[in-house]
Amino acid sequence: MEDELSFSDIYGGRLALQRRYYSPSCREFCLSCPRLSLRSLTSVTCTVWLAAYGLFTLCENSMILSAAIFITLLGLLGYLHFVKIDQETLLIIDSLGIQLTSSYASGKESTTFIEMGKVKDVIINEAIYMQKVIYYLCILLNDPADPHGISQVVPVFQDCLTAVTLPWRASLWCSSCLLLDGDHGICTD
Amino acid sequence: MVLKAFFPTCCASADSGLLIGRWVPEQSSAVVLAVVHFPFIPIQVKELLAQVQQASQVGVAVLGTWCHRRQEPEESLGHFLEGLGAIFSHEPWLQLCRERDSKFWSCKATYQQVPTSPGAHSEDQVMLIFYDQRKVLLSQLHPPAALPDHQAGDATASACGLAAVFDTVSRSKALFRSDQFDEGLVRLSHWQSEGVEASILVELAKQASGPVCLLLACLLSFISAASTCRVFKLWPLSFIWSKLSTCEQLRHRLEQLTLIFSTQKAENPSQLMRKANMLVSVLLDVALGLALLSWLHRKDRIGQLADALVPVADRVAEELQHLLQWLMGAPAGLKMNRALDQVLGRFFLYHIHLWISYIHLMSPFIERILWHVGLSACLGLTVALSILSDIIALLTFHIYCFYVYGARLYCLKICGLSSLWRLFRGKKWNVLRQRVDSCSYDLDQLFIGTLLFTVLVFLLPTTALYYLVFTLLRLLVVTVQGLIHLLVDLINSLPLYALGLRLCRPYRLAAGVKFRVLEHEAGRPLRLLMQINPLPYNRVVHTYRLPSCGCHPKHSWGSLCRKLFFGELIYPWRQRGDKQD
Repeated sequence: MEDELSFSDIYGGRLALQRRYYSPSCREFCLSCPRLSLRSLTSVTCTVWLAAYGLFTLCENSMILSAAIFITLLGLLGYLHFVKIDQETLLIIDSLGIQLTSSYASGKESTTFIEMGKVKDVIINEAIYMQKVIYYLCILLNDPADPHGISQVVPVFQDCLTAVTLPWRASLWCSSCLLLDGDHGICTD
Repeated sequence: MVLKAFFPTCCASADSGLLIGRWVPEQSSAVVLAVVHFPFIPIQVKELLAQVQQASQVGVAVLGTWCHRRQEPEESLGHFLEGLGAIFSHEPWLQLCRERDSKFWSCKATYQQVPTSPGAHSEDQVMLIFYDQRKVLLSQLHPPAALPDHQAGDATASACGLAAVFDTVSRSKALFRSDQFDEGLVRLSHWQSEGVEASILVELAKQASGPVCLLLACLLSFISAASTCRVFKLWPLSFIWSKLSTCEQLRHRLEQLTLIFSTQKAENPSQLMRKANMLVSVLLDVALGLALLSWLHRKDRIGQLADALVPVADRVAEELQHLLQWLMGAPAGLKMNRALDQVLGRFFLYHIHLWISYIHLMSPFIERILWHVGLSACLGLTVALSILSDIIALLTFHIYCFYVYGARLYCLKICGLSSLWRLFRGKKWNVLRQRVDSCSYDLDQLFIGTLLFTVLVFLLPTTALYYLVFTLLRLLVVTVQGLIHLLVDLINSLPLYALGLRLCRPYRLAAGVKFRVLEHEAGRPLRLLMQINPLPYNRVVHTYRLPSCGCHPKHSWGSLCRKLFFGELIYPWRQRGDKQD
């Protein structure tokens, strides 16, 4: 079973949320961020190259031009490999844990799996970003030393900060999955 | 709770039989370790399980049946497998079945003794999790889960969550020792049932390592006994040893070698990893040192170096002389106190003259000294670099002297000025109370104090200029030495073995696991693939970094600037706190 919703993020870009229900005990939320637009790529490249050309006319050293090409290429590679996130996935497996995956534009995937025993709670946090209040979903982890303490706050969908509706729904799913035992079926949306 | 069955991928193509594994009741998960094939005698299977349980302290049991239908479904086999549940009773009794030409398996879990929930779990309530047995067995979780003592006879591992799965697999090595070529009556299928995995080279190295370690440990103990000899602890020698970074590096290297070749067996994986890291770091160091040695001895480069060294020292001294002469005139158009300027300048010039004559006295021996220094590179690149740092320190000794003179003079003036400034305002420093008190001075005292204050204020710019110039030179030398020490530290502390392991065998160092949902069909159990999530490189370096000689920058930038302003002496980073004057 699979359905798709679309939202807008805080910058006004479009986000697509896919929900897949593999079984009552396992479901996946997949958030696709907007792709790298050709317009921004072209404008950045043109700016760097024009600046390099301006320097070249001043200094008359062709090293500057080749350096600009290398800087653009390396910058693009670095941006695709370390910064630009294409998709973020939240996989919830009942009585096993929560898995957060972010796939970068270059194909690199970074995965964190949080065991159910370590999850203390799932909350919606409120933060002030520039001039507006944004809401995002967090997982609170247990502190092994202190039973009431929290050792870490893990933000979910960190890199695609979204409008309020999305975290709210995701939180519902997440907490329902956590709270219900295997004996009960988990209620669908 | 959903029942989770961890199933090894290597058993997916095995023939039908019995599932052997461990049941973890608190997580309601069954960790399948191996499959026993037909034909078998139940009593022998039970004996084998008892043996494994004794050896590994893991509650291994028969969990259920495994049915792999290669041909058309046989009705009789299904009934037979169900009947086995009566012989090996287990709660719950798993019935895994793989159909021919189908990717989807069926899995049933039956509870016999509990009357309140009769029958089976529905198919949806079972989750199949595939894992690679070899990788799970060899991998090491980070941070390590608290393992119970093996000697304590703790039958059930107390590790929680997925660590329990890792722990179960790694402790059941006794089960994996038998392969299909064994004469035993029970045929098992597991990750090395095709033949036990081993390497002749590794076995030979293991055999050889014992005597080699013993021999080298004896040798090293001789060397360390010789180095603790009392002759080396007399006053001037011990002072020199503590100042030379070469001695520090040699001592560190000796400690490392003693640890590597100690005859004691490493107790835990982290200690083993530390030994391996040290060994690789030492080997790399020696290899780099030998490369340097061969480069130096080719085409008589040592002679060229020795010929170049004296002119360079001359050149430095000459430049310093020029600098001093510039300072003695009107540097940058500043008008200095002429008499003090001349005195200071002449003093420093004489010092440089002494230095140049010392270098020329040394010049016939420099080539031989360099040759011997070059030989020391076979002890490792780090030793050669430390010697280079010491040579730089010795060759720039005059700069150090100038810096100390300048700093002392400047410090004296600053202290005098600050106390006279207090006198000027009718205050004084109370030593007993550690504070500034007001005080009434006589007229004579005030007069003399003010006069001295004026003199010091007018002389300060001259001293400050000399101090500034020589501090900058000193900082340059300290920076060069600091860079060399950083390089030495990098070679000493980089965990190369762990990094190589992470590069070539990413599953060996696991940060955790990750799951992938496999293709799913409604009404069939959910299938997940458990993969090892490798440790990121920065955490590998952070976890396995070797202890270095404690050469971290002690000063923060603020305290460094403060020290420079008040004219306190600064030392290179190499110095430890207890060795400062």
